[in-house]
Amino acid sequence: MMIQWDAETVIKMAAYAGAGLCMGLGAIGAALGEGYTAGQANEAVSRKPELSGEVFKTMLVGQAMAESAAIFALVVAMLLLFVNFPTHSWLFAMSSLSAGLCMGLGAFGSSIGSGFPAGAACQGTTHQPAMGGRLMTTMLIGSAVCQTPAIFAMVVSFILLFSNFSAQPFNPAWAALLGAGLATGFAAIGPGIGGGLVARAACDGVARNPERAGPVTNIMLLGQAVSQTTAIYGVLISFVLIFRNNEATTLIAPSAALLAAGLCMGFGAFGPGLGLGVVAQNAVKWISRSEAGTGDITRLMLVGMAVTESTGIYALVISLLLIFVV
Amino acid sequence: MAIEGADLIKAAAFLGAGICMGIGALGPGLGEGFTAGKACEAIGKNPKEAGLLTRTMLVGQAVSESTGIYSLVVALLLLFVV
Repeated sequence: MMIQWDAETVIKMAAYAGAGLCMGLGAIGAALGEGYTAGQANEAVSRKPELSGEVFKTMLVGQAMAESAAIFALVVAMLLLFVNFPTHSWLFAMSSLSAGLCMGLGAFGSSIGSGFPAGAACQGTTHQPAMGGRLMTTMLIGSAVCQTPAIFAMVVSFILLFSNFSAQPFNPAWAALLGAGLATGFAAIGPGIGGGLVARAACDGVARNPERAGPVTNIMLLGQAVSQTTAIYGVLISFVLIFRNNEATTLIAPSAALLAAGLCMGFGAFGPGLGLGVVAQNAVKWISRSEAGTGDITRLMLVGMAVTESTGIYALVISLLLIFVV
Repeated sequence: MAIEGADLIKAAAFLGAGICMGIGALGPGLGEGFTAGKACEAIGKNPKEAGLLTRTMLVGQAVSESTGIYSLVVALLLLFVV
């Protein structure tokens, strides 16, 4: 039996494998996040069955938000299945596989994260039925910010799918494209979950203490914005890797350096992203309880976040060294 | 295409450096986040001691940072010395 390893076959294989990985990985987070929401909704309904209609509505809206990252993954998987990629360069095989991995991994954190505020909003609806509208607003803003890492992943996937890499030499460029997908994909996980933790604390806080809704929303947005920074580092490294001019080489060390840069920033963004979320989660929780100390908590939150960020910055530095220096 | 030993060693060192700093950033990031979160909680409970709590948090975070710095040092050694 002879297998014909021509470019067309390999590119189709890579696109199908990428589509499977994209939707398979992309489904994990949405299912977990929405399951968490539904669990919290059940708990809330058991406490106050007469409010089941309100809780049901909040649950469905929250689950729809958590679903969106999985829908991004579905779109990318469909594109990988049905778009006819050009077959004149073997690099299209690597870029389609990388696009699938990027979106699949990138959907994970955002969907779990969006499930957290939705669950807290369901619980809060039974604590403060009069605040239903305000809770829904806080939940929607919080989950929308949670989706940003998944949107970054979708943007990088689209660039990988629709750019023309045929002018690039195969040897170092395959590693750059794979590294680009992995950097944004892995880097999206931590900030997505971290942003969700902040939004959960905010929804919880609004329900417990409605008159603090204003400052709680402000600190939530500040905390979520800082939590997203490591996801942005991932996108930065991906763009550098995608748009660099690769010089043809027969050595494997330059390719290894580019792949390692992507992995370094991808893994390195996870811990700080989640850690920053934990800081802001606690800050939001205590700012919602009382007015005393709001200024001190905000200041301490920002100082603590700056220190937590440091290892993410080390990862960024090592990635940039791997790309530009060695 | 023949792969030479020196090329292979360099490739492994680069991959090792990337994975070292990437995974090494995980623990300190989580640990320092947990510390700062608890410090925010403590100020919420006792706003008068903000100065003392900030100092304690920073010292604690500096110690948690150490493994991140070890990873950075090992990654730089793998990149430029080995």
